[in-house]
Amino acid sequence: MSEPVSAIQGRAASGNAKGLAIGLTDAGPQGMVTLRGDLSSPALAAAVQEAVGVSVPGTREANFAGGRGAVWMSPDELLLRLPYGDAPAATAAIGKALDGEHHLALDVSDARTVIRLTGEDVPEVLAKCAPVDLAPGAFPVGSARRTHMGQIAVAFWRIAETEWEIVALRSYGHHLYDWLAASAKPGGKVGVF
Amino acid sequence: MLLLTCPHCGVSGDETEFAPGGEAHLKRFGPGSSDGEFETYLFYRRNPKGVHFERWRHAFGCGKWFHAARCTVTMEVFGTYPADVTEPPAELVETIRAKRPEWEGF
Amino acid sequence: MAHRLPSGGLVIDRSKPVEFTFNGQKLKGFEGDTLASALLANDQVLLGRSFKYHRPRGLIASGAEEPNALMGVGEGPRFEPNQRATGVELHQGLTARTQNHWPSLGFDVGALNSWIASRAPVFSAGFYYKTFMFPRVAWKHVFEPVIRRAAGLGKPPKEADADEYEHFHVHCDVLVVGGGIAGLSAARAAAANGARVLICEQTPHWGGRALVETETQIGGMSGADWVRGEVTALSGMENVTMRTRCMTSGLYDHGYALLYERVADHVPGAEGTPRHRLWRVRAGRIVVATGALERPIPFANNDVPGVMLASAVRDYVRLWGVAPGEKAVVFTTNDDAYRTALALHEAGVAVAAVLDARAEVKGELPARARAAGIEVRAGYGVAKVKGGKRVKGVEIGRLTGMGQVGGRREELACDLVAMSGGWSPVVHLWSHCGGKLTWDAEAAMFRPDPERGPTGHDGAVNTLACGAANGYLHTDLCLSDGRVAGMSAASATGHSRGEMPEAPEVQAIPQAHPRPLWFMPARGKYAHGTKHFLDYQNDVTAADVQLAAREGYESVEHAKRYTTLGMATDQGKTSNINGLAILADQIGAEIPQVGTTTFRPPYTPISFGAITGRARGPLFKAVRKTPMHDRHAANGADFEPVGDWERPYCFRRMTPEGRESRAQAVTREILNARQKVGLLDASTLGKIVVKGPDAGKFLDLVYTNMMSTLKPGRCRYGLMCNENGFLFDDGVVVRTGEDEFLCHTTSGGADRVHAHMEEWLQTEWWDFQVYTQQVTDQWAQVAVAGPNARKVLEKLGGVDVSDAALPFMSYVEGTLGGLPARIFRISFSGELSYEVAVPANLGLALWEKLAEAGEEFGAMPYGTEALHVMRAEKGFIMIGDETDGTVTPQDLALGWAVSKKKADFIGKRAQERAFLAAKGRKQLVGLATEDPAEVLPDGAHAVKEVKAKSRMITIGHVTSSYFSPTLGRSIAMALIEGGSERMGEVLSFPVAKDKVVKATVVDPVFYDKEGERQNV
Repeated sequence: MSEPVSAIQGRAASGNAKGLAIGLTDAGPQGMVTLRGDLSSPALAAAVQEAVGVSVPGTREANFAGGRGAVWMSPDELLLRLPYGDAPAATAAIGKALDGEHHLALDVSDARTVIRLTGEDVPEVLAKCAPVDLAPGAFPVGSARRTHMGQIAVAFWRIAETEWEIVALRSYGHHLYDWLAASAKPGGKVGVF
Repeated sequence: MLLLTCPHCGVSGDETEFAPGGEAHLKRFGPGSSDGEFETYLFYRRNPKGVHFERWRHAFGCGKWFHAARCTVTMEVFGTYPADVTEPPAELVETIRAKRPEWEGF
Repeated sequence: MAHRLPSGGLVIDRSKPVEFTFNGQKLKGFEGDTLASALLANDQVLLGRSFKYHRPRGLIASGAEEPNALMGVGEGPRFEPNQRATGVELHQGLTARTQNHWPSLGFDVGALNSWIASRAPVFSAGFYYKTFMFPRVAWKHVFEPVIRRAAGLGKPPKEADADEYEHFHVHCDVLVVGGGIAGLSAARAAAANGARVLICEQTPHWGGRALVETETQIGGMSGADWVRGEVTALSGMENVTMRTRCMTSGLYDHGYALLYERVADHVPGAEGTPRHRLWRVRAGRIVVATGALERPIPFANNDVPGVMLASAVRDYVRLWGVAPGEKAVVFTTNDDAYRTALALHEAGVAVAAVLDARAEVKGELPARARAAGIEVRAGYGVAKVKGGKRVKGVEIGRLTGMGQVGGRREELACDLVAMSGGWSPVVHLWSHCGGKLTWDAEAAMFRPDPERGPTGHDGAVNTLACGAANGYLHTDLCLSDGRVAGMSAASATGHSRGEMPEAPEVQAIPQAHPRPLWFMPARGKYAHGTKHFLDYQNDVTAADVQLAAREGYESVEHAKRYTTLGMATDQGKTSNINGLAILADQIGAEIPQVGTTTFRPPYTPISFGAITGRARGPLFKAVRKTPMHDRHAANGADFEPVGDWERPYCFRRMTPEGRESRAQAVTREILNARQKVGLLDASTLGKIVVKGPDAGKFLDLVYTNMMSTLKPGRCRYGLMCNENGFLFDDGVVVRTGEDEFLCHTTSGGADRVHAHMEEWLQTEWWDFQVYTQQVTDQWAQVAVAGPNARKVLEKLGGVDVSDAALPFMSYVEGTLGGLPARIFRISFSGELSYEVAVPANLGLALWEKLAEAGEEFGAMPYGTEALHVMRAEKGFIMIGDETDGTVTPQDLALGWAVSKKKADFIGKRAQERAFLAAKGRKQLVGLATEDPAEVLPDGAHAVKEVKAKSRMITIGHVTSSYFSPTLGRSIAMALIEGGSERMGEVLSFPVAKDKVVKATVVDPVFYDKEGERQNV
């Protein structure tokens, strides 16, 4: 079996002491399952709990625990996050659990580039990229947002105080990475947040 | 740069997150309709100076379609609501009426 | 002579000398200088030539309104033309040069324009419109080349910009524009009430004019000290963000503002630091505290270097310790300019006289001037300025009742004229987004009308003006107005703690009202205002405006365009009000009836770099890459854009004769696929999953053909039309389950098709139980096409790909060569063909496995051009080539794919329209050129009849055209009127002046009409 290769193949960068406090790392192959259905359905909630061990997140929220999680994408769509190898089985299990209930569960682990952002200056770097209010208090831990970064669609969520994930379509992965890396250069600190 | 609020996900976002979709509440005329009906459905638009009901999609967001009631002169947005309805909510119509007494109505 | 004063200068640091170069000459200044103040300190008063007449020009102003001193600043990749010297901060090694002159600043040939203009009616308003109309041919060969040479300001840089730029999105409750005392007060009041405040100031210094007006005391201290205290207090507040060197460029709908921060202009080349940052701000309320600008007075030769705004003279003395001359004459309509006389006097500069246009001069400031021994002449004005490249003196006289300079003339020797025509609030930002103005006749100014301000998304006024920008020119009113604006703005955004910072006590000298003075005609040579400049940058005079009015351009917007008044890069900051007052006078209207022209962003010019931000170079356009992209690049791929994707056009190999040409590579790739087997990276193909109980019903409405009858595991080619009946996408639909379909779209069309499906699902058929999901990026896909295709897959093993197990137009899932794969037996080349899809992270592995397994069967990669030629050989249409948004499936002989059984589908009603069935519609045909080697150009038109001279009538055009290596001849497809009835007809395609290509109409399927090759 060949090893899966992510779009940006492990690229990483980090700010230095003088510049922005930010780390930027390709998260590598990550398990992702798109789940569309009635988010208020108990069966769906149970299936989500079973697959990723968290409850169904509220509007524009992301629930994470122990490296697995669920992100609210739209009123009838979640993105489940789990280890790459677990996605096919989880997708099948969800399909079984929701049999007879109108839904769509797809393993889309290869469809996106996931970049892990760490550090205190993540909000500032993201604010250079996306039209989102990232001031302290405006985007607490557990928040998720879909928006655009320049010309491409992105989504990001805050897993912990200084830990974030941002995703874009796999084919734009290099663009996402390069744009973030350019925005995270030392010397570019705005000092607002 | 309009500020629009998506009624589906609650985001108040920049216009750049949204894609416009023209006049709202058009009644579709399909096979069996007269030439006149079909022409009106496909090509005729009110294009009002003032209160306008229009379609938007939260394209760089939750992906959902919604309608906005907006004044084309002042850009005031009276309200937004999901697109799966054939006419604006009565409450919104009342709001607009109060703000624009001269408005001919929906 | 202008010179640096022995002491003083609030913002310069005399302990830090700075060297810079001006027109090749090494000069010295101090840290804190602007380029303008440093040049003035070095007695450089001639700083440029005017745009039209090439008249010598010097500094008029000290800030954003400066119209004259535009320079090229920097070198090489950091060179930038048209920089306002008053806005350029001096730094070590700065280089600046003047522009718009030839051969030199001192002697300029273009100045002949001015000489000619004084003798003939040229270059007056509308000159270009009137002169260059006739004869037509002269415009192209004479006028335009000459004008182009002489026109334009500055030279564009030759090298790519070395700097970086970025954007920054920020939200705040209250945006305060302007860091003078009104703005600081507003920020303080808003912040004290808990609002998130962003305050920005365009200069490097907080405080605005309070730094200069040393006669005024705020809270028992100097203005500068009070400002320092406020800034300290504000910077200690967590909810306040402060920015200097940050100009608010424009206000837009719903509280959106663009701020232009010049981060590193004063420290060029700082590592990693962007030069400019464009702040994209969304504010709940905006407080406009942009101050006021002083107006010049239009008297004759008011543009000679040494004629300056009185406030600017005071700025140079007090902020930078520079005396702009040795002997000054002050000409004013108001009390304020007396401060300039006093400042000059204090600095040891002689003041020959203050000429005051008012007949009666009372008040404390004039009294102080008189007490200082300065001669004050009431009811006097300047008739004209003497001097060429700098002021030598002024001719003065008494003002008559008509406002002319009459009576006996006197001459005063001087090298500096400080003029003040009163103050205009800076209402630009207020007006950008629809704020209305009201005319205050007593104060002679337009001020913001608070009842008719710009409105936000909720319809409420969202912008408040305060301080001088609101028409309050006195310190105490500025402070209180600012506080009220800050409080209101905070409260409107939900922050109201009832906090009102204590009002400081103000000791200021009261001032009397000005006498409005818009135009200073005198008798004699310049009686008609031809040397009375309004718009310095565009060389518009009082006479031009009067002429425009006489010729019927009475609307201020027309007069503006006819004369170009206010159309230069300074947007008429110093000329607007004078110009419209003269226009009003000429047409006998009141000033408010004439109104102002429209103010538009940016307030002052901003760099292209700031607008662009990060989107330049490789980041200019977001490019999509397949998982095999790098491998293709290493394999000699020439890429071409397809939608956002980068796809290999062909793979150019090295041969003993060197690298293949594109044509050679394409030919080789086609022949190899037809004879052996080719590999195509088809990952870019759009893929959409459609699932749900109503999926079949939905797809029957989306596609023109029937999809609900497709059996699981089978594929069907489908067409998609818009509601107007025209074809917009096509692709193979696969039924992957009882209620699940996979829809393939064109590479560039996936997003469009997905959006189209969602639109219908959400806005028309919202009761359908259907989910759609785009999975284009999830799968890497490779087309294995050619007679040996099956052998390659069989060698990889794991899936039965025999014709029996996997017949044409069917699909199977399995493990192919150890990879989880979906295999579709579909063909766009007409060959035996499989499209193999694996999860994208395994795409590279799949490609490598196929290449390796295929080696013994002659497998070679092929690119998009080979793909296109092969599909054209088969007569397959290509969306975007054969379609252009006006073509129906029936036009393309694809009527077989349009269901007649279905009651409805998108586009069905439209296709029933009579004109779409009418005879003579353009229809798809094949073309065989008479000369098989001749390849018709894409888009070539077929004509009814070839004519030498008269207009030819077009009957259609070529949509695809290639040389087919398979057939050894050219092939083409075309849309021709009534094409299906023209089989065998020879059509003429005039492709050049003396060249007509003849081609016979044939069946568009050129190769393997029976489809035997793919059905094996």
